[in-house]
Amino acid sequence: MSTTTSSRAARKPSSPGFRERVDNLPKAVKIALWVAFAIFLFLLPLLNIPFITTEGSDFGGVLFTVATYVLVALGLNIVVGYAGLLDLGYVGFYAIGAYTVGVLTSEHAHMSWVVVVPIAIVVAMISGVILGAPTLRVRGDYLAIVTLGFGEIVRLTLVNSEWLGGAQGISDIPKPPGLELFEVPSIDWSSGAPVVDLGTTSTFLKFGINDFVPYYWLALGIIGLVLVFDILVKSSRVGRAWEATREDEDAAELMGVPTFRFKLLAFALGAAIGGLSGALFATKAGFISPDSFQLLLSILFLAAVVVGGAGNRWGVIVGAIVVAYFPERFREFADFRVLVFGLALMLLAIFRPQGLLPPRRTVRARRADDRQAVLEEGEAHV
Amino acid sequence: MQNLIDNFFAYTITGLTIGAVYALVALGYTLVYGVLRLINFAHSEVFMYGTFAALWVVMLLGGRPGAGVGQVIFWVAMMFVAAMAMSGLIAVLLERVAYRPLRKRNAPPLIALISAIGASFVLAEIMGLRSRITGWVGLDDNLRDYVRNSRNNAGMPTIIAPQPIFTIGGYHVTNVDVFVIVGAIAIMVILDQFVKRSRLGRGIRAVAMDPESAALMGVNRDRVIQVTFLVGGLMAGAAAVFYMLKIGITRYDAGFILGVKAFTAAVLGGIGNLRGALLGGFILGLAENYGSAVVGSQWKDVVAFVLLVLILLFRPTGLLGESLGKARA
Repeated sequence: MSTTTSSRAARKPSSPGFRERVDNLPKAVKIALWVAFAIFLFLLPLLNIPFITTEGSDFGGVLFTVATYVLVALGLNIVVGYAGLLDLGYVGFYAIGAYTVGVLTSEHAHMSWVVVVPIAIVVAMISGVILGAPTLRVRGDYLAIVTLGFGEIVRLTLVNSEWLGGAQGISDIPKPPGLELFEVPSIDWSSGAPVVDLGTTSTFLKFGINDFVPYYWLALGIIGLVLVFDILVKSSRVGRAWEATREDEDAAELMGVPTFRFKLLAFALGAAIGGLSGALFATKAGFISPDSFQLLLSILFLAAVVVGGAGNRWGVIVGAIVVAYFPERFREFADFRVLVFGLALMLLAIFRPQGLLPPRRTVRARRADDRQAVLEEGEAHV
Repeated sequence: MQNLIDNFFAYTITGLTIGAVYALVALGYTLVYGVLRLINFAHSEVFMYGTFAALWVVMLLGGRPGAGVGQVIFWVAMMFVAAMAMSGLIAVLLERVAYRPLRKRNAPPLIALISAIGASFVLAEIMGLRSRITGWVGLDDNLRDYVRNSRNNAGMPTIIAPQPIFTIGGYHVTNVDVFVIVGAIAIMVILDQFVKRSRLGRGIRAVAMDPESAALMGVNRDRVIQVTFLVGGLMAGAAAVFYMLKIGITRYDAGFILGVKAFTAAVLGGIGNLRGALLGGFILGLAENYGSAVVGSQWKDVVAFVLLVLILLFRPTGLLGESLGKARA
């Protein structure tokens, strides 16, 4: 963290950045902007904006995939970004969430989706605790390898357990109950200008098999909830404890932070969100098999977090969008995406080790840095 | 269980041969961990490139089953030269591109791991997309045999026909088995002596023990690190030859599982400890084969991973302890 300290010390008074300018807006305007942005996000699959919209694959489905990645990235960010634990087997929790839904709605029972999703979250969380309790005591780089092993154990278990459907997986996962409240028309750009197309509509929360837009809406709503939860937890005592543990575990322990318990909590919460994303994935796909949970997925999830900026929730959202959306948009290069990722990770590690949007330092940390600068140089940097 | 008792020696010999490969690859992890205190995640790709180099050189020289003894010895020697050169080169390159820039910037260990993961992807994907790459540079016609089906298994002709040398408990131990086990042990003895007696080996031990004091004593740290990567790469290259002789099939992603297992072996024996890597490799090879005999071969990889988790829980320093720095080499 020494690099941030020195850059802080060299900070000069600058014109207000984007962040400050947004912060200075009146509250009513801010709320209006947020609402407008949320509505825009909800309508995005129906606006069919040229260039952004993927050609060849259903844009609603692509947006749903992006939304799952965002959700996963938010969950993994708690583990990697907030608590500083490198988890290379996150796909294990994703798979556990998906398979809980598969087993309880199709393979061995026929429970309602509304009941099953909370169960999936709890099961993933428990598996997080079971994996975390013994392994969080080992050193950071060992943890990476143990979690890597865990991800593979989960996948191999799925392949080899007939009870879990074996290599064929589980099919016919039922759709969630719909509401069918109203229809939203889409926009047609084929004439060069936007025209409302009443012929192609999406029914609000009708979970069909052809129109994936309602799934996207569902995922977006869940992302909203998770974000609120994330903000509350991060700014609470728990969030501060994670930060302290990540920066210096021994110092945190000396200050009375039960570091192990907080690391375990981060692991469990991350696992729960991973399970939730897996459950959503299973719901939309309707069919899951061990092939859907390759180790590569773990690495892609991690890439989303690291590329975006571990520790910054907006950063990891950007990272998830980059990781999930660009390969879909530029399908013709899909074969090269892993190669490009690898290169991006290496370049990032060298030139921008904090990610595209590095976490902002908390007010408290900045104040401490400034005080340090005063002590060292005898003048205040404001 | 009955299966294990009936075929005990078959599982033992198979376990020892694959264990020898694990042990050689584990040395790469252990050496790098010793001097840098980080896990060289991309070491599995170093091994994978070695397998391809061994395969290609056999294809180039027209290797085929049933050749004379002199011919076979020549082929195997060329496999060693090619695979060790390739793996050594990749390992040194890896250090230059993925590790050294970070070390210059004092990046935290997690960033080095990320960089290594990136490098691992790049290396694996270059191999997996090799047919495309030759297509771009216009060498498609010349190299077609070497690059076709670049995302599928690539098999090598069996240049050493497995012939039983002696029989133990109903299992015919073949010449390949004996060659792999004896060869691997011989190479490890050479390495052990190199680290123990040579000047460079002393440098490696010094840096592993205390990098700063070593620098004060005039050890060129960058050079030692480079030599360490090179030695690790050479070992992986030798492992690749044994692997190709025994298994004979490789793939652009063949390194991954083997890499994780070799790492397990290194941790099992005590990471940073050369003899630990040898012991860990053999124990892991045996445990995996015995385990798969008991619970079914489809669980083989699970046995290895569960073993890794258990070791880290109960004896994180491994069986022989972490001690590249100590004179035990």
